Amino acid sequence: MAYSDDIRKMYKDTLQGIMDAGLFKQERFIHSPQAAEIDVEFPIGAPLKRVINICANNYLGLSSHPEVVKAAHEGLDSRGYGMSSVRFICGCQDIHKELEARLTEFLGTEDTVLFPSCMDANAGVFEAILTKDDVMISDRLVHASLIDGIRLASALHDTYKHNDMEHLEQKLQLHADKRQKLVICDGVFSMDGDTAKLDEMVALCEKYNAMILVDDSHSSGFIGKTGRGTHEKYGVMGKIDVITTTFGKGLGGASGGCVSGRRELVEMCRQKARPYLFSNTMAPVIVAGVLKVMDLIMHNTERRDKLERNTEFWRKGLTEAGFVLKDGDTPIVPVMLFNAKLSQDVSRDLFHEGVYAIGFFFPVVPQGAARIRTQVSAGHEMHHLEKALDAFIKVGKKYEILGKTKAEIIERYGN
Amino acid sequence: MDANMKDIVLKYVIDEYLEDDSETLTYDSPLISGGIVDSFSMVSLKRFLENKYSISIPDADATPEAFDTVNKICVLVEKFAGK
Ligand SMILES: Cc1ncc(COP(=O)(O)O)c(C=O)c1O
Repeated sequence: MAYSDDIRKMYKDTLQGIMDAGLFKQERFIHSPQAAEIDVEFPIGAPLKRVINICANNYLGLSSHPEVVKAAHEGLDSRGYGMSSVRFICGCQDIHKELEARLTEFLGTEDTVLFPSCMDANAGVFEAILTKDDVMISDRLVHASLIDGIRLASALHDTYKHNDMEHLEQKLQLHADKRQKLVICDGVFSMDGDTAKLDEMVALCEKYNAMILVDDSHSSGFIGKTGRGTHEKYGVMGKIDVITTTFGKGLGGASGGCVSGRRELVEMCRQKARPYLFSNTMAPVIVAGVLKVMDLIMHNTERRDKLERNTEFWRKGLTEAGFVLKDGDTPIVPVMLFNAKLSQDVSRDLFHEGVYAIGFFFPVVPQGAARIRTQVSAGHEMHHLEKALDAFIKVGKKYEILGKTKAEIIERYGN
Repeated sequence: MDANMKDIVLKYVIDEYLEDDSETLTYDSPLISGGIVDSFSMVSLKRFLENKYSISIPDADATPEAFDTVNKICVLVEKFAGK
Protein backbone atom coordinates (compact mmCIF):
# COMPACT_ATOMS: atom_id res chain seq x y z
CA MET A 1 0.00 0.00 0.00
CA ALA A 2 1.66 3.10 -1.15
CA TYR A 3 -0.90 5.41 0.39
CA SER A 4 0.57 5.06 3.89
CA ASP A 5 -0.83 6.56 7.08
CA ASP A 6 1.83 9.27 6.91
CA ILE A 7 0.81 10.28 3.42
CA ARG A 8 -2.86 10.32 4.39
CA LYS A 9 -2.09 12.40 7.45
CA MET A 10 -0.23 14.98 5.41
CA TYR A 11 -3.24 15.54 3.14
CA LYS A 12 -5.67 15.50 6.05
CA ASP A 13 -3.62 18.19 7.77
CA THR A 14 -3.52 20.28 4.62
CA LEU A 15 -7.29 20.05 4.26
CA GLN A 16 -7.73 20.89 7.94
CA GLY A 17 -5.56 23.97 7.37
CA ILE A 18 -7.84 25.08 4.55
CA MET A 19 -10.83 24.55 6.82
CA ASP A 20 -9.23 26.41 9.75
CA ALA A 21 -8.49 29.35 7.48
CA GLY A 22 -12.21 29.48 6.60
CA LEU A 23 -11.41 28.81 2.96
CA PHE A 24 -13.01 25.39 2.57
CA LYS A 25 -15.40 25.33 -0.38
CA GLN A 26 -18.65 23.53 0.28
CA GLU A 27 -21.08 22.67 -2.50
CA ARG A 28 -24.79 23.29 -2.28
CA PHE A 29 -26.95 20.75 -4.08
CA ILE A 30 -29.54 21.99 -6.56
CA HIS A 31 -32.43 19.62 -7.29
CA SER A 32 -33.95 21.52 -10.21
CA PRO A 33 -32.84 22.83 -13.62
CA GLN A 34 -30.73 26.00 -13.58
CA ALA A 35 -33.09 29.01 -13.64
CA ALA A 36 -34.11 32.21 -11.86
CA GLU A 37 -35.67 30.05 -9.14
CA ILE A 38 -34.04 26.85 -7.97
CA ASP A 39 -34.63 24.16 -5.32
CA VAL A 40 -31.61 23.91 -3.03
CA GLU A 41 -30.58 21.37 -0.42
CA PHE A 42 -28.44 23.28 2.07
CA PRO A 43 -26.96 22.33 4.41
CA ILE A 44 -26.67 18.72 3.25
CA GLY A 45 -29.76 16.77 4.29
CA ALA A 46 -31.91 19.87 4.88
CA PRO A 47 -35.34 19.99 3.22
CA LEU A 48 -35.39 21.62 -0.20
CA LYS A 49 -35.76 25.38 -0.24
CA ARG A 50 -36.94 27.36 -3.28
CA VAL A 51 -34.72 30.40 -3.69
CA ILE A 52 -34.00 33.12 -6.25
CA ASN A 53 -30.64 32.50 -7.90
CA ILE A 54 -28.68 35.71 -8.37
CA CYS A 55 -25.18 34.28 -8.77
CA ALA A 56 -25.33 32.17 -11.93
CA ASN A 57 -23.63 33.04 -15.21
CA ASN A 58 -27.00 32.39 -16.83
CA TYR A 59 -26.96 35.90 -18.31
CA LEU A 60 -29.43 35.29 -21.13
CA GLY A 61 -31.64 32.91 -19.18
CA LEU A 62 -31.07 30.18 -21.78
CA SER A 63 -29.74 27.42 -19.50
CA SER A 64 -33.10 25.66 -19.40
CA HIS A 65 -34.86 27.35 -22.29
CA PRO A 66 -37.43 24.91 -23.79
CA GLU A 67 -36.21 25.45 -27.37
CA VAL A 68 -32.60 24.81 -26.41
CA VAL A 69 -33.57 21.68 -24.48
CA LYS A 70 -35.63 20.48 -27.46
CA ALA A 71 -32.78 21.10 -29.90
CA ALA A 72 -30.42 19.19 -27.63
CA HIS A 73 -32.84 16.23 -27.60
CA GLU A 74 -33.00 16.29 -31.38
CA GLY A 75 -29.23 16.51 -31.62
CA LEU A 76 -28.92 13.50 -29.35
CA ASP A 77 -31.33 11.54 -31.57
CA SER A 78 -29.75 12.53 -34.88
CA ARG A 79 -26.01 12.62 -34.00
CA GLY A 80 -25.75 10.26 -31.05
CA TYR A 81 -24.22 10.68 -27.62
CA GLY A 82 -20.44 10.56 -27.93
CA MET A 83 -17.72 10.72 -30.55
CA SER A 84 -15.18 8.43 -28.87
CA SER A 85 -12.41 10.34 -30.60
CA VAL A 86 -10.55 13.63 -30.66
CA ARG A 87 -11.42 16.00 -33.50
CA PHE A 88 -8.72 15.22 -36.02
CA ILE A 89 -9.04 11.43 -35.91
CA CYS A 90 -12.79 10.84 -36.24
CA GLY A 91 -14.36 13.27 -33.79
CA CYS A 92 -15.69 16.04 -36.03
CA GLN A 93 -19.29 16.07 -37.29
CA ASP A 94 -21.00 18.41 -39.73
CA ILE A 95 -22.63 20.22 -36.81
CA HIS A 96 -19.26 21.04 -35.25
CA LYS A 97 -18.25 22.81 -38.47
CA GLU A 98 -21.66 24.45 -38.68
CA LEU A 99 -21.31 25.84 -35.17
CA GLU A 100 -17.83 27.17 -35.94
CA ALA A 101 -19.21 29.00 -38.99
CA ARG A 102 -22.09 30.47 -36.97
CA LEU A 103 -19.69 31.71 -34.29
CA THR A 104 -17.41 33.29 -36.88
CA GLU A 105 -20.43 35.11 -38.27
CA PHE A 106 -21.70 36.14 -34.84
CA LEU A 107 -18.38 37.38 -33.49
CA GLY A 108 -17.41 39.07 -36.76
CA THR A 109 -14.10 37.21 -37.05
CA GLU A 110 -12.33 35.24 -39.79
CA ASP A 111 -12.46 31.70 -38.40
CA THR A 112 -13.29 29.73 -35.23
CA VAL A 113 -12.23 26.45 -33.62
CA LEU A 114 -14.16 24.73 -30.83
CA PHE A 115 -12.55 23.53 -27.60
CA PRO A 116 -13.92 21.29 -24.83
CA SER A 117 -14.10 24.42 -22.63
CA CYS A 118 -12.82 27.98 -22.56
CA MET A 119 -10.38 26.87 -19.90
CA ASP A 120 -8.97 24.53 -22.55
CA ALA A 121 -9.02 27.25 -25.21
CA ASN A 122 -7.00 29.50 -22.90
CA ALA A 123 -4.71 26.65 -21.93
CA GLY A 124 -3.89 25.89 -25.56
CA VAL A 125 -3.88 29.13 -27.48
CA PHE A 126 -0.69 30.82 -26.27
CA GLU A 127 1.73 27.99 -26.88
CA ALA A 128 0.05 27.37 -30.24
CA ILE A 129 0.63 30.88 -31.60
CA LEU A 130 3.75 32.14 -29.78
CA THR A 131 7.37 31.07 -29.34
CA LYS A 132 10.16 31.96 -26.94
CA ASP A 133 11.01 34.96 -29.10
CA ASP A 134 7.66 36.57 -28.28
CA VAL A 135 6.13 38.37 -25.31
CA MET A 136 2.70 38.16 -23.63
CA ILE A 137 1.58 41.30 -21.81
CA SER A 138 -1.47 40.65 -19.64
CA ASP A 139 -3.74 42.73 -17.40
CA ARG A 140 -3.02 41.90 -13.76
CA LEU A 141 -6.63 40.83 -13.14
CA VAL A 142 -7.09 38.32 -15.97
CA HIS A 143 -8.95 35.09 -15.28
CA ALA A 144 -7.11 32.11 -13.78
CA SER A 145 -7.50 30.08 -16.97
CA LEU A 146 -5.54 32.71 -18.93
CA ILE A 147 -2.84 32.69 -16.29
CA ASP A 148 -2.54 28.92 -16.59
CA GLY A 149 -2.32 29.13 -20.38
CA ILE A 150 0.33 31.82 -20.10
CA ARG A 151 2.32 29.59 -17.75
CA LEU A 152 2.23 26.78 -20.27
CA ALA A 153 3.73 28.96 -23.00
CA SER A 154 7.42 29.54 -23.63
CA ALA A 155 7.07 33.22 -24.56
CA LEU A 156 8.19 35.86 -22.07
CA HIS A 157 5.41 37.08 -19.77
CA ASP A 158 4.87 40.53 -18.32
CA THR A 159 1.87 42.32 -16.82
CA TYR A 160 0.33 45.78 -16.68
CA LYS A 161 -1.75 47.28 -13.89
CA HIS A 162 -5.46 46.65 -14.24
CA ASN A 163 -6.89 48.74 -17.08
CA ASP A 164 -3.94 51.17 -16.84
CA MET A 165 -3.28 52.25 -20.43
CA GLU A 166 -0.20 54.28 -19.60
CA HIS A 167 1.39 51.27 -17.95
CA LEU A 168 0.43 49.06 -20.90
CA GLU A 169 2.11 51.52 -23.27
CA GLN A 170 5.29 51.46 -21.16
CA LYS A 171 5.31 47.68 -21.41
CA LEU A 172 4.82 47.76 -25.17
CA GLN A 173 7.84 50.05 -25.36
CA LEU A 174 9.89 47.92 -22.99
CA HIS A 175 9.32 44.82 -25.12
CA ALA A 176 9.53 46.51 -28.51
CA ASP A 177 12.39 44.23 -29.58
CA LYS A 178 10.35 41.04 -29.26
CA ARG A 179 9.24 39.27 -32.43
CA GLN A 180 5.51 39.19 -31.63
CA LYS A 181 3.80 41.07 -28.83
CA LEU A 182 0.43 39.81 -27.58
CA VAL A 183 -1.70 41.94 -25.25
CA ILE A 184 -4.10 39.83 -23.14
CA CYS A 185 -7.21 40.84 -21.20
CA ASP A 186 -10.72 39.83 -20.17
CA GLY A 187 -13.49 41.72 -22.03
CA VAL A 188 -15.59 41.90 -18.88
CA PHE A 189 -13.57 41.17 -15.74
CA SER A 190 -15.33 38.41 -13.89
CA MET A 191 -14.84 39.55 -10.30
CA ASP A 192 -15.27 43.32 -10.71
CA GLY A 193 -17.69 43.49 -13.64
CA ASP A 194 -15.78 46.31 -15.34
CA THR A 195 -14.72 46.21 -19.00
CA ALA A 196 -11.37 46.45 -20.79
CA LYS A 197 -11.02 49.71 -22.76
CA LEU A 198 -10.72 47.91 -26.06
CA ASP A 199 -10.82 51.05 -28.23
CA GLU A 200 -7.74 52.49 -26.51
CA MET A 201 -6.08 49.10 -26.40
CA VAL A 202 -6.56 48.47 -30.11
CA ALA A 203 -5.09 51.92 -30.83
CA LEU A 204 -2.04 51.12 -28.71
CA CYS A 205 -1.65 47.73 -30.39
CA GLU A 206 -1.76 49.39 -33.79
CA LYS A 207 0.81 51.95 -32.73
CA TYR A 208 3.25 49.30 -31.44
CA ASN A 209 2.45 46.56 -33.94
CA ALA A 210 1.12 44.19 -31.27
CA MET A 211 -1.68 41.62 -31.40
CA ILE A 212 -4.55 41.55 -28.90
CA LEU A 213 -6.39 38.61 -27.30
CA VAL A 214 -9.65 39.12 -25.41
CA ASP A 215 -11.42 36.52 -23.26
CA ASP A 216 -15.07 37.46 -23.74
CA SER A 217 -16.57 34.70 -21.60
CA HIS A 218 -18.59 37.17 -19.54
CA SER A 219 -19.69 39.19 -22.59
CA SER A 220 -20.55 36.96 -25.54
CA GLY A 221 -24.26 37.15 -26.31
CA PHE A 222 -25.15 40.32 -24.45
CA ILE A 223 -22.46 43.06 -24.27
CA GLY A 224 -22.73 45.54 -27.15
CA LYS A 225 -25.86 46.70 -28.99
CA THR A 226 -26.46 43.33 -30.62
CA GLY A 227 -24.70 41.22 -28.02
CA ARG A 228 -21.55 40.42 -30.01
CA GLY A 229 -19.33 41.22 -27.08
CA THR A 230 -16.97 43.82 -25.67
CA HIS A 231 -15.49 44.51 -29.11
CA GLU A 232 -18.92 45.64 -30.29
CA LYS A 233 -19.39 47.88 -27.25
CA TYR A 234 -16.10 49.66 -27.99
CA GLY A 235 -16.53 49.81 -31.76
CA VAL A 236 -13.59 47.57 -32.62
CA MET A 237 -15.25 44.58 -34.28
CA GLY A 238 -12.86 43.00 -36.75
CA LYS A 239 -9.86 44.43 -34.91
CA ILE A 240 -9.47 41.86 -32.15
CA ASP A 241 -6.96 39.27 -33.33
CA VAL A 242 -8.09 36.50 -30.98
CA ILE A 243 -11.31 36.14 -29.00
CA THR A 244 -11.73 33.23 -26.61
CA THR A 245 -15.13 32.56 -25.11
CA THR A 246 -17.29 29.95 -23.40
CA PHE A 247 -20.68 28.35 -23.96
CA GLY A 248 -20.84 27.69 -20.24
CA LYS A 249 -22.29 31.08 -19.34
CA GLY A 250 -24.59 33.29 -21.44
CA LEU A 251 -24.59 31.04 -24.52
CA GLY A 252 -26.64 28.21 -23.04
CA GLY A 253 -24.59 27.53 -19.96
CA ALA A 254 -23.71 23.88 -20.62
CA SER A 255 -20.05 23.72 -21.59
CA GLY A 256 -17.55 24.21 -24.38
CA GLY A 257 -15.49 27.09 -25.64
CA CYS A 258 -13.70 28.40 -28.68
CA VAL A 259 -10.84 30.39 -30.14
CA SER A 260 -12.09 32.81 -32.80
CA GLY A 261 -10.10 35.36 -34.77
CA ARG A 262 -7.49 35.70 -37.50
CA ARG A 263 -7.58 32.77 -39.92
CA GLU A 264 -3.91 31.83 -39.52
CA LEU A 265 -4.00 32.02 -35.72
CA VAL A 266 -7.06 29.76 -35.57
CA GLU A 267 -5.37 27.34 -37.96
CA MET A 268 -2.30 27.32 -35.71
CA CYS A 269 -4.60 26.19 -32.87
CA ARG A 270 -5.92 23.34 -35.04
CA GLN A 271 -2.36 22.26 -35.77
CA LYS A 272 -0.79 22.79 -32.37
CA ALA A 273 -3.14 23.48 -29.44
CA ARG A 274 -2.85 20.51 -27.12
CA PRO A 275 -6.39 20.47 -25.64
CA TYR A 276 -7.70 20.41 -29.24
CA LEU A 277 -5.32 17.63 -30.25
CA PHE A 278 -5.51 15.48 -27.15
CA SER A 279 -9.01 15.87 -25.69
CA ASN A 280 -12.47 15.11 -27.06
CA THR A 281 -14.30 18.19 -28.24
CA MET A 282 -17.86 19.18 -27.29
CA ALA A 283 -20.40 16.36 -27.37
CA PRO A 284 -22.94 16.50 -30.24
CA VAL A 285 -25.83 17.09 -27.86
CA ILE A 286 -24.21 20.30 -26.60
CA VAL A 287 -23.26 21.47 -30.09
CA ALA A 288 -26.92 21.09 -31.08
CA GLY A 289 -27.95 23.14 -28.06
CA VAL A 290 -25.49 25.96 -28.78
CA LEU A 291 -26.61 26.03 -32.44
CA LYS A 292 -30.13 26.74 -31.19
CA VAL A 293 -28.78 29.46 -28.89
CA MET A 294 -27.17 31.05 -31.95
CA ASP A 295 -30.53 30.91 -33.78
CA LEU A 296 -32.21 32.64 -30.86
CA ILE A 297 -29.76 35.53 -30.57
CA MET A 298 -28.21 36.03 -34.02
CA HIS A 299 -30.87 38.45 -35.25
CA ASN A 300 -32.84 39.11 -32.08
CA THR A 301 -31.76 41.38 -29.24
CA GLU A 302 -34.81 40.88 -27.00
CA ARG A 303 -32.95 38.87 -24.39
CA ARG A 304 -29.90 41.09 -24.13
CA ASP A 305 -32.19 44.15 -24.05
CA LYS A 306 -34.13 42.67 -21.17
CA LEU A 307 -30.88 41.85 -19.40
CA GLU A 308 -29.79 45.48 -19.82
CA ARG A 309 -33.05 46.72 -18.30
CA ASN A 310 -32.81 44.23 -15.43
CA THR A 311 -29.20 45.27 -14.79
CA GLU A 312 -30.16 48.94 -14.67
CA PHE A 313 -32.96 48.21 -12.18
CA TRP A 314 -30.72 46.07 -10.00
CA ARG A 315 -27.79 48.49 -9.87
CA LYS A 316 -30.07 51.43 -9.21
CA GLY A 317 -31.97 49.58 -6.49
CA LEU A 318 -28.85 48.50 -4.62
CA THR A 319 -27.25 51.94 -4.97
CA GLU A 320 -30.34 53.74 -3.67
CA ALA A 321 -30.55 51.28 -0.78
CA GLY A 322 -27.08 52.44 0.23
CA PHE A 323 -24.83 49.50 -0.66
CA VAL A 324 -21.26 50.04 -1.86
CA LEU A 325 -20.99 48.62 -5.40
CA LYS A 326 -18.17 48.32 -7.88
CA ASP A 327 -18.78 50.81 -10.67
CA GLY A 328 -19.76 49.46 -14.04
CA ASP A 329 -22.64 48.74 -16.39
CA THR A 330 -22.41 44.98 -16.87
CA PRO A 331 -24.68 42.32 -15.31
CA ILE A 332 -21.90 41.48 -12.84
CA VAL A 333 -22.74 43.65 -9.83
CA PRO A 334 -20.39 43.17 -6.86
CA VAL A 335 -21.82 44.25 -3.51
CA MET A 336 -18.73 45.21 -1.51
CA LEU A 337 -18.48 44.04 2.11
CA PHE A 338 -14.65 44.06 2.43
CA ASN A 339 -14.56 41.65 5.39
CA ALA A 340 -14.50 37.91 4.61
CA LYS A 341 -16.65 36.80 7.54
CA LEU A 342 -19.20 39.53 6.89
CA SER A 343 -19.53 38.27 3.31
CA GLN A 344 -20.21 34.76 4.61
CA ASP A 345 -22.73 35.99 7.18
CA VAL A 346 -24.60 38.12 4.67
CA SER A 347 -24.69 35.24 2.18
CA ARG A 348 -26.12 32.88 4.83
CA ASP A 349 -28.78 35.39 5.91
CA LEU A 350 -29.76 36.08 2.30
CA PHE A 351 -30.32 32.36 1.86
CA HIS A 352 -32.69 32.42 4.85
CA GLU A 353 -34.54 35.21 3.07
CA GLY A 354 -34.81 33.10 -0.08
CA VAL A 355 -31.94 34.54 -2.12
CA TYR A 356 -28.97 32.49 -3.28
CA ALA A 357 -25.82 34.63 -3.57
CA ILE A 358 -22.32 33.61 -2.62
CA GLY A 359 -19.66 35.54 -0.71
CA PHE A 360 -16.25 35.82 -2.39
CA PHE A 361 -13.11 36.51 -0.40
CA PHE A 362 -9.35 36.01 -0.50
CA PRO A 363 -7.75 34.38 -2.47
CA VAL A 364 -10.50 34.61 -5.11
CA VAL A 365 -10.47 38.40 -4.69
CA PRO A 366 -7.74 40.53 -3.05
CA GLN A 367 -7.38 40.64 0.72
CA GLY A 368 -9.85 43.12 2.22
CA ALA A 369 -12.05 43.16 -0.88
CA ALA A 370 -14.63 40.51 0.12
CA ARG A 371 -17.95 40.83 -1.61
CA ILE A 372 -21.20 39.24 -2.70
CA ARG A 373 -20.97 38.97 -6.47
CA THR A 374 -24.49 39.28 -7.85
CA GLN A 375 -25.23 38.48 -11.48
CA VAL A 376 -28.36 39.58 -13.23
CA SER A 377 -30.11 37.37 -15.80
CA ALA A 378 -32.61 37.90 -18.58
CA GLY A 379 -34.36 34.96 -16.87
CA HIS A 380 -35.17 37.20 -13.91
CA GLU A 381 -38.63 38.76 -13.91
CA MET A 382 -39.21 42.04 -12.12
CA HIS A 383 -40.82 40.25 -9.15
CA HIS A 384 -37.63 38.18 -8.67
CA LEU A 385 -35.46 41.27 -8.59
CA GLU A 386 -37.86 43.14 -6.29
CA LYS A 387 -37.94 40.26 -3.85
CA ALA A 388 -34.16 39.89 -3.97
CA LEU A 389 -33.73 43.60 -3.38
CA ASP A 390 -36.03 43.46 -0.34
CA ALA A 391 -33.91 40.62 1.03
CA PHE A 392 -30.68 42.55 0.50
CA ILE A 393 -32.14 45.59 2.24
CA LYS A 394 -33.37 43.54 5.19
CA VAL A 395 -29.98 41.88 5.66
CA GLY A 396 -28.14 45.16 5.04
CA LYS A 397 -30.17 46.77 7.83
CA LYS A 398 -29.39 43.93 10.20
CA TYR A 399 -25.65 44.48 9.74
CA GLU A 400 -26.06 48.27 9.67
CA ILE A 401 -24.10 48.72 6.48
CA LEU A 402 -26.66 50.66 4.42
CA GLY A 403 -25.49 54.18 3.58
CA LYS A 404 -22.09 53.40 5.08
CA THR A 405 -18.86 54.13 3.22
CA LYS A 406 -16.06 51.65 2.61
CA ALA A 407 -14.09 53.19 5.48
CA GLU A 408 -17.03 52.95 7.87
CA ILE A 409 -17.70 49.29 7.02
CA ILE A 410 -14.03 48.42 7.46
CA GLU A 411 -13.86 50.34 10.71
CA ARG A 412 -16.71 48.31 12.11
CA TYR A 413 -15.97 44.85 10.69
CA GLY A 414 -12.27 44.97 9.80
CA ASN A 415 -10.87 43.95 6.46
CA MET B 1 27.96 52.65 -5.73
CA ASP B 2 26.06 55.07 -7.89
CA ALA B 3 23.50 56.61 -5.50
CA ASN B 4 21.53 57.72 -8.50
CA MET B 5 21.07 54.13 -9.61
CA LYS B 6 19.51 53.17 -6.29
CA ASP B 7 16.92 55.89 -6.59
CA ILE B 8 16.12 55.00 -10.17
CA VAL B 9 15.62 51.34 -9.27
CA LEU B 10 13.60 52.19 -6.16
CA LYS B 11 11.33 54.49 -8.14
CA TYR B 12 10.82 51.83 -10.80
CA VAL B 13 9.89 49.21 -8.18
CA ILE B 14 7.43 51.58 -6.49
CA ASP B 15 5.79 52.64 -9.76
CA GLU B 16 5.70 49.13 -11.13
CA TYR B 17 4.65 47.00 -8.21
CA LEU B 18 2.92 49.04 -5.53
CA GLU B 19 -0.79 49.45 -6.14
CA ASP B 20 -1.26 51.55 -3.03
CA ASP B 21 0.69 54.82 -2.81
CA SER B 22 0.65 54.82 0.97
CA GLU B 23 3.13 51.94 1.24
CA THR B 24 6.77 52.88 1.62
CA LEU B 25 9.88 51.03 0.50
CA THR B 26 13.53 51.42 1.36
CA TYR B 27 16.70 50.23 -0.34
CA ASP B 28 16.65 47.21 1.97
CA SER B 29 12.96 46.25 1.88
CA PRO B 30 12.64 42.58 0.95
CA LEU B 31 10.90 42.63 -2.42
CA ILE B 32 10.52 39.01 -3.36
CA SER B 33 10.64 37.34 0.05
CA GLY B 34 8.39 40.17 1.26
CA GLY B 35 5.79 39.39 -1.39
CA ILE B 36 5.99 42.77 -3.12
CA VAL B 37 7.37 41.38 -6.38
CA ASP B 38 6.37 37.83 -7.30
CA SER B 39 9.02 35.84 -9.10
CA PHE B 40 6.75 35.88 -12.15
CA SER B 41 6.91 39.69 -12.38
CA MET B 42 10.68 39.82 -11.98
CA VAL B 43 10.79 39.65 -15.76
CA SER B 44 9.90 43.27 -16.29
CA LEU B 45 12.37 44.44 -13.65
CA LYS B 46 15.14 42.43 -15.30
CA ARG B 47 14.30 43.80 -18.75
CA PHE B 48 14.10 47.33 -17.38
CA LEU B 49 17.59 47.05 -15.89
CA GLU B 50 19.01 45.49 -19.03
CA ASN B 51 17.60 48.23 -21.25
CA LYS B 52 18.40 51.07 -18.89
CA TYR B 53 22.03 50.07 -18.23
CA SER B 54 22.72 48.33 -21.54
CA ILE B 55 23.65 45.07 -19.87
CA SER B 56 22.61 41.46 -20.13
CA ILE B 57 21.91 39.55 -16.93
CA PRO B 58 22.17 35.78 -17.51
CA ASP B 59 19.14 33.84 -16.24
CA ALA B 60 21.41 31.91 -13.88
CA ASP B 61 22.27 35.16 -12.10
CA ALA B 62 18.73 36.53 -12.06
CA THR B 63 17.78 34.60 -8.94
CA PRO B 64 15.08 35.66 -6.47
CA GLU B 65 17.85 36.18 -3.89
CA ALA B 66 19.84 38.51 -6.14
CA PHE B 67 16.70 40.55 -6.79
CA ASP B 68 15.47 40.69 -3.22
CA THR B 69 16.35 44.30 -2.34
CA VAL B 70 17.17 47.46 -4.23
CA ASN B 71 20.69 47.36 -2.78
CA LYS B 72 21.24 43.79 -4.00
CA ILE B 73 19.85 44.61 -7.41
CA CYS B 74 22.31 47.49 -7.76
CA VAL B 75 25.21 45.20 -6.83
CA LEU B 76 24.07 42.82 -9.55
CA VAL B 77 23.77 45.58 -12.14
CA GLU B 78 27.23 46.93 -11.33
CA LYS B 79 28.71 43.47 -11.64
CA PHE B 80 27.52 43.16 -15.21
CA ALA B 81 27.94 46.84 -16.11
CA GLY B 82 31.66 46.46 -15.52
CA LYS B 83 31.98 43.72 -18.12
C1 LIG C 1 -13.07 34.90 -17.94
C2 LIG C 1 -13.27 33.42 -17.98
N1 LIG C 1 -12.61 32.68 -18.89
C3 LIG C 1 -12.75 31.35 -18.96
C4 LIG C 1 -13.58 30.65 -18.09
C5 LIG C 1 -13.67 29.17 -18.20
O1 LIG C 1 -14.76 28.80 -18.96
P1 LIG C 1 -15.15 27.26 -19.13
O2 LIG C 1 -16.13 26.95 -18.07
O3 LIG C 1 -15.70 27.16 -20.51
O4 LIG C 1 -13.88 26.47 -18.99
C6 LIG C 1 -14.29 31.37 -17.13
C7 LIG C 1 -15.18 30.64 -16.21
O5 LIG C 1 -15.14 30.74 -15.04
C8 LIG C 1 -14.13 32.78 -17.07
O6 LIG C 1 -14.77 33.48 -16.13
